[in-house]
Amino acid sequence: MPKLSIDGREVEVPAGTNLIEAARLLDLEIPHFCYHPGLSVAGNCRMCLVEVEKAPKLQIACNTAVAEGMVVRTDSDKVKKARAGVMEFLLLNHPIDCPICDCAGECYLQDYYMEHDLKASRLEEGKNKKEKAQPIGPHVMLDKERCVLCSRCVRFTDEVSKTHELGIFGRGSTEEIALAPGKTLDNPYSGCVVDLCPVGALTDRDFRFKSRPWFLKETATICGGCAMGCSVVLDTNTNPYNKVGQDRAYRLFPRENREVNGWWMCDEGRYSHHSVDRGRSQGPRLRGKGVPADFALARLAAEAAPLVKAHPGRAAFLLSPRLTNESLFAFRRLAESLGVAQVEFGDDLKAEGRADGFLIQADRNPNSRGARELGLGPRPGVLGGRDLLKAAQGGAFDVVFVLEHALDPAALKALAAATKVLAGFHVQEPVEAGIYTVHLPLAHAFEQDGTFTNVQGRVQRNRKALEPLGDSLPAYAWAQRLGAALGVPQAPDGPEALFRAWTQGRPELAGAVFEPLAAAAPAAA
Amino acid sequence: MPKPKMTFVERLYLPEISKGLALTSRHFFRNLWHHSLASLGLESRDRAMVTIAYPEVRRPYPLVARSRHRLTKREDGSPKCVACMMCATACPADCIFIEAEEHPDPAIEKRPRHFDIDMSKCVYCGFCVEACPEDAIRMDTGSFELAYFDRKGLVYDKEFLLNDDPHAVPAHAEPLSRGN
Ligand code: SF4
Ligand code: SF4
Ligand code: SF4
Ligand code: SF4
Ligand code: FES
Repeated sequence: MPKLSIDGREVEVPAGTNLIEAARLLDLEIPHFCYHPGLSVAGNCRMCLVEVEKAPKLQIACNTAVAEGMVVRTDSDKVKKARAGVMEFLLLNHPIDCPICDCAGECYLQDYYMEHDLKASRLEEGKNKKEKAQPIGPHVMLDKERCVLCSRCVRFTDEVSKTHELGIFGRGSTEEIALAPGKTLDNPYSGCVVDLCPVGALTDRDFRFKSRPWFLKETATICGGCAMGCSVVLDTNTNPYNKVGQDRAYRLFPRENREVNGWWMCDEGRYSHHSVDRGRSQGPRLRGKGVPADFALARLAAEAAPLVKAHPGRAAFLLSPRLTNESLFAFRRLAESLGVAQVEFGDDLKAEGRADGFLIQADRNPNSRGARELGLGPRPGVLGGRDLLKAAQGGAFDVVFVLEHALDPAALKALAAATKVLAGFHVQEPVEAGIYTVHLPLAHAFEQDGTFTNVQGRVQRNRKALEPLGDSLPAYAWAQRLGAALGVPQAPDGPEALFRAWTQGRPELAGAVFEPLAAAAPAAA
Repeated sequence: MPKPKMTFVERLYLPEISKGLALTSRHFFRNLWHHSLASLGLESRDRAMVTIAYPEVRRPYPLVARSRHRLTKREDGSPKCVACMMCATACPADCIFIEAEEHPDPAIEKRPRHFDIDMSKCVYCGFCVEACPEDAIRMDTGSFELAYFDRKGLVYDKEFLLNDDPHAVPAHAEPLSRGN
């Protein structure tokens, strides 16, 4: 491993590392626009110029690999002058409309101007005018005036999404980013160019003008949109005009995790935060009528407890691959204490989509693998989801608990007709909530702590960013309240204790700790 | 802070009391004298005045005095504000609430859908005015008599803030008193 010195400090890094990454290891930031660790090196912005001993001119740090004995200076007067010069050129025709720019607060130009430039423009002629606020796809807005032509977005569409929608056209001061003829920026990962763009040239149409980034609270969590479980940051906040009166989700963007999603996430996941407010089930219902939770549980217990006690074999739990490992474990424990053997998670009933070989998985549930690893899949003596439904419709069960499954109304009606007690737990209000004897609202994944096991088998930490809406509760909490109502009190464990309980006896998870799991802070690229 | 020590004479109590009474009496007799002369028309009332008969008489306020806010307007009467939220960011009392929306004119792009200031929290520091890049908010209405039967009256909305009349009363508030 070559050893080099940067600003007089020694560092040893693997061969092939560039100077920007090497400096990062020393907590030194070399300013840059065009370099992004997830893309090829373009070396066109010249912001990263540094002085390398024995080199006649300043070198670009992004395209200079480390070498043994290299002596690099990032703080000399020559470097500072070069940076100020680059900034002056970049700002020459820049509109500086920060007051109406969604990027303000997260803008490289703003930060670098304060750090490396800080002087008034010397331009006496008028600035070049270019097109502003142009929607270039369903999710992205382009402002050509703000672009610094770093080509990150172009390289993204060439190298990552491989859809080639964007290009740089024209030359000189009229050079601009534009769509390739006949194309729109409409690919499954198009939102990523907004995160990539170091300035406010590409902004998110969904988040447009919703808030200023410095007002938002960040939570490092994971996306529940598919089995990949991309690392994300969820931004939340409230304002007096939000009718819910508590923090709501504003936006979701990827968090660097080279093991899972790199720097990216798909658009479907990115805009999935709207599901926190879409059609939510907020109050317990008894045959469709809104009732207090205690009352609903008491009635459920009164109807179900004698049946379950008399014939535990005629009761069934249909859990879901959308529940956290902790909730699945809590329900499994509840079923065990009731003596119910039929506990399944409906692997064959779950939502499937199309996999794209990159991030998007066919399995659109965050925790199928976790459920399988918890031993909840079809197994001897336990029916799989489809068979369970068929058997239940044929009258094999008196009591059925359905958690987080969007069953179609006809199947549901047949199920309700053939069972004596049908209890449902869902995040979204089911179309015909009245079919359920009792229906209880579940908290959204963003409203609870827990873990999901992704398709690679990584146990990832899901963090609570919002308070549960209405009377909804995480499934593990309902399991505990249900246990108490049914006369089999459960340990009042929180997610952390449940995590310890289910990871016990799993050698591959020995020593796993709940809190720091995937707790890496959102990293800027 | 240490308590100031009293001298021996001060602690005797009576000398200090008489000093205070002497001061009060001096003002009383001085005013009696000047008011009497003024009533007889022998001198102007100015010399005698010790208080202003507010609210009938008002002191002229300096132009830079900070009074309740207003939002300035473009030529077409729409707010100049572009909903950048600099004022809300600078506000130490956290009393400015803005929700932005798309402006129909793409050259302007952004405008406030809601712009509320909770005057019951405002500390009249003027930071919002300093922070505004558009000269869209000013504290020059000269109006500072904000009194309502209800706290809601002190939450000024965009429509009210666009009203230049210093004596305007928000539509949703019942005025306590209006002075003149
Ligand atoms: S891109 Fe940056 S500098 Fe340019 S207007 Fe937006 S926030 Fe301001
Ligand atoms: S739009 Fe943004 S990412 Fe693309 S070249 Fe311009 S500044 Fe770079
Ligand atoms: S004057 Fe000060 S406290 Fe009042 S709204 Fe402006 S910034 Fe806030
Ligand atoms: S600082 Fe000025 S332009 Fe910006 S939101 Fe406040 S009043 Fe509007
Ligand atoms: S980051 Fe090195 S030239 Fe742009």
